[in-house]
Amino acid sequence: MAEIQQKSPGAEKGEAHPSGDNRFKMLDASMKRQRFQPDALIEVLHTAQELFGYLQDDILLYVAHGLKLPPSRVYGVATFYHFFTFTPKCAHTCVVCMGTACYVKGAETLLATVRECAARENQDSGGNGKFISVETARCLGACGLAPVVVFDGEVRGTVEPATAEGWMKGWLKHGPG
Amino acid sequence: MDLVELQEIGEKELAARKPIRIRVCTAAGCLSSGAHDVQKRLEEAVEHANLGATVQVCAVGCMKLCCEGPLVQLDPEGSLYERVSPDQAPSIVTGLNGGAVTARRGDPGRPFFARQKPIVLEYSGEIEPERIESYIAAGGYRSLYEVVREMNPAEVIDAVTKSGLRGRGGAGYPTGLKWGMVAKNQGHHKYVVCNADEGDLGAFMDRSVLESDPHRVLEGMAIAAYAVGAELGYIYVRGEYPLAIRRLETGIRQARRLGLLGTQIFESPFNFRVDLRIGAGAFVCGEETALIASIEGRRGTPRPRPPYPAGSGLWGNPTLINNVETFANIPVIIRNGPDWFAAIGTEKSKGTKVFALAGKIRNTGLVEVPMGTTLREIVETIGGGAPDGGKIKAVQTGGPSGGCIPAEALDTPVDYDSLVHLGSIMGSGGMIVMDQTTNMVDVAKFFMEFCMDESCGKCIPCRAGTVQLYRLLARISERKATADDLARLESLCEMVKLTSLCGLGQSAPNPVLSTLRYFPNEYQALLRDDARAPSPAT
Repeated sequence: MAEIQQKSPGAEKGEAHPSGDNRFKMLDASMKRQRFQPDALIEVLHTAQELFGYLQDDILLYVAHGLKLPPSRVYGVATFYHFFTFTPKCAHTCVVCMGTACYVKGAETLLATVRECAARENQDSGGNGKFISVETARCLGACGLAPVVVFDGEVRGTVEPATAEGWMKGWLKHGPG
Repeated sequence: MDLVELQEIGEKELAARKPIRIRVCTAAGCLSSGAHDVQKRLEEAVEHANLGATVQVCAVGCMKLCCEGPLVQLDPEGSLYERVSPDQAPSIVTGLNGGAVTARRGDPGRPFFARQKPIVLEYSGEIEPERIESYIAAGGYRSLYEVVREMNPAEVIDAVTKSGLRGRGGAGYPTGLKWGMVAKNQGHHKYVVCNADEGDLGAFMDRSVLESDPHRVLEGMAIAAYAVGAELGYIYVRGEYPLAIRRLETGIRQARRLGLLGTQIFESPFNFRVDLRIGAGAFVCGEETALIASIEGRRGTPRPRPPYPAGSGLWGNPTLINNVETFANIPVIIRNGPDWFAAIGTEKSKGTKVFALAGKIRNTGLVEVPMGTTLREIVETIGGGAPDGGKIKAVQTGGPSGGCIPAEALDTPVDYDSLVHLGSIMGSGGMIVMDQTTNMVDVAKFFMEFCMDESCGKCIPCRAGTVQLYRLLARISERKATADDLARLESLCEMVKLTSLCGLGQSAPNPVLSTLRYFPNEYQALLRDDARAPSPAT
């Protein structure tokens, strides 16, 4: 962890990351575009999460080093915002909107069904429970179509529990990924 | 860029327009019902029928009636088609030559459309949001030209003040007054910030405006920047709105390319640059001082005011912060004059307001009405009332900071002051309708859970108070509470309201207080059987 951080000063010169991982090069480019300004921290963390899927400690240290910020500050900001995650994502995600409109239209029952179904699928897929993750969102702004569920980035409106189950069963047929 | 060039772009766009336009709504709502495939099939059908010379398919912004999407409308004839599936789409094209159209026909004259007064949404669903030429052809950036070339900053502020426009973010602070303060304050730099962190549950007006007419917001920001003397602007958008972000990025790029943003705009000494800042999911960042902290790359925690951002905002400089809808009103105020704007609405609330209508209601979508329209008109006439023979029980406005207005008060005209009087707030414009199946204690608990999660933790009344309030509400809904608990709930609400640092905490008790006020029976009915009457100790 600390080792990676020590070897990162190549960022400004555009040298490749010692691990050979090209994503670091892209992260460097994003920091460079922001002229390594500390106020660009949130933008850089967005890019980092997009590239790596989640924010590992070493990535946070790498960003801290690049923007010349204390690691505590980077960690503090990253953990403050809900958008950033620190654990690897499952193969599929199912985000149930829990905004008011969705709530009024029965999102709670829907969420229970989705959770139950995900637990079943996770067991069936044999992927150590890492197949489908169920998350909730605070209003996706598609209230006109409540209740709303996002299946792997695809927003679907007026979702019935049965439709949600259908989607998730479809994933199992195609296997993980 | 000068006026002649601007007009040329508009004329060229109009000349290139085909006699028949098929407009497809491509805002987030319709896209999630498959509008993209509908658009593709329409384009294929046009090509297949060899109608390319006379017919064009346009991807436009929100057409307002979200529940019937994807929506397709024909110009100039005006036919509206609802819930168009990709398979039905080609029949709309063959229908132009007299074929049978299988898509369901909607009535563009229904009250949902006819009773609205679009000002902010005037081009929404008409123009193509991803093409600046489309906005210019509709008359866009003409107001910016007039301001930069023919008015001095004081005149602009005067016009905005005279229009009576009040902030559309919720609090309703007079916009002209705020602009005047920022203009007067001295600073090394000045900034203009557009608050597009629409975190209120059940609100999607700002998303729709940004997705449907992004240039209108950019133009409004540029006019504001000229008036207050700023050279740099930020738009702080929610990370949950990827489409709005993409369209804003496109919009900024196009405006810069044409010299409508950047240096020496309209060959004047006025420079203005706009940058995007993407939020990362924190409701509290809608509060202006927290938003500033977030733009500066820090944790989004608010700080005490004063000093107000108008005096000391971004990096300690004077900063003007307005909501998306406020900026979207500016170009039209300049174009039609402040008197025209001031003639719309009520005595103290001028202009129109966009509401996001959702929940247990027949017509869900975007509604723009003059201030002072009654809730009944919005909910029953425009919204079509509760579906399936249900009865409207309450209308929730203002999201987690607002309150529930009971059905008995539906005849109240909607403006900033009357809603506060009812114990709710205008908020940014979310309006959720609830019917008899909705339990009001559960609703209060739902909002309190939200505030508890979203409290930033800086001040104790909000951090600890929301947790205690949530526990009390949970006790009540589990039928474990006594009358003492109910009294404690009420007094704790007052305490959190009076002592919290920022708007989040100060307004967090509103949903509880308003439901306690209008639906006390529902709380009483959930008390423990042996504890209905208040104990002598209280």
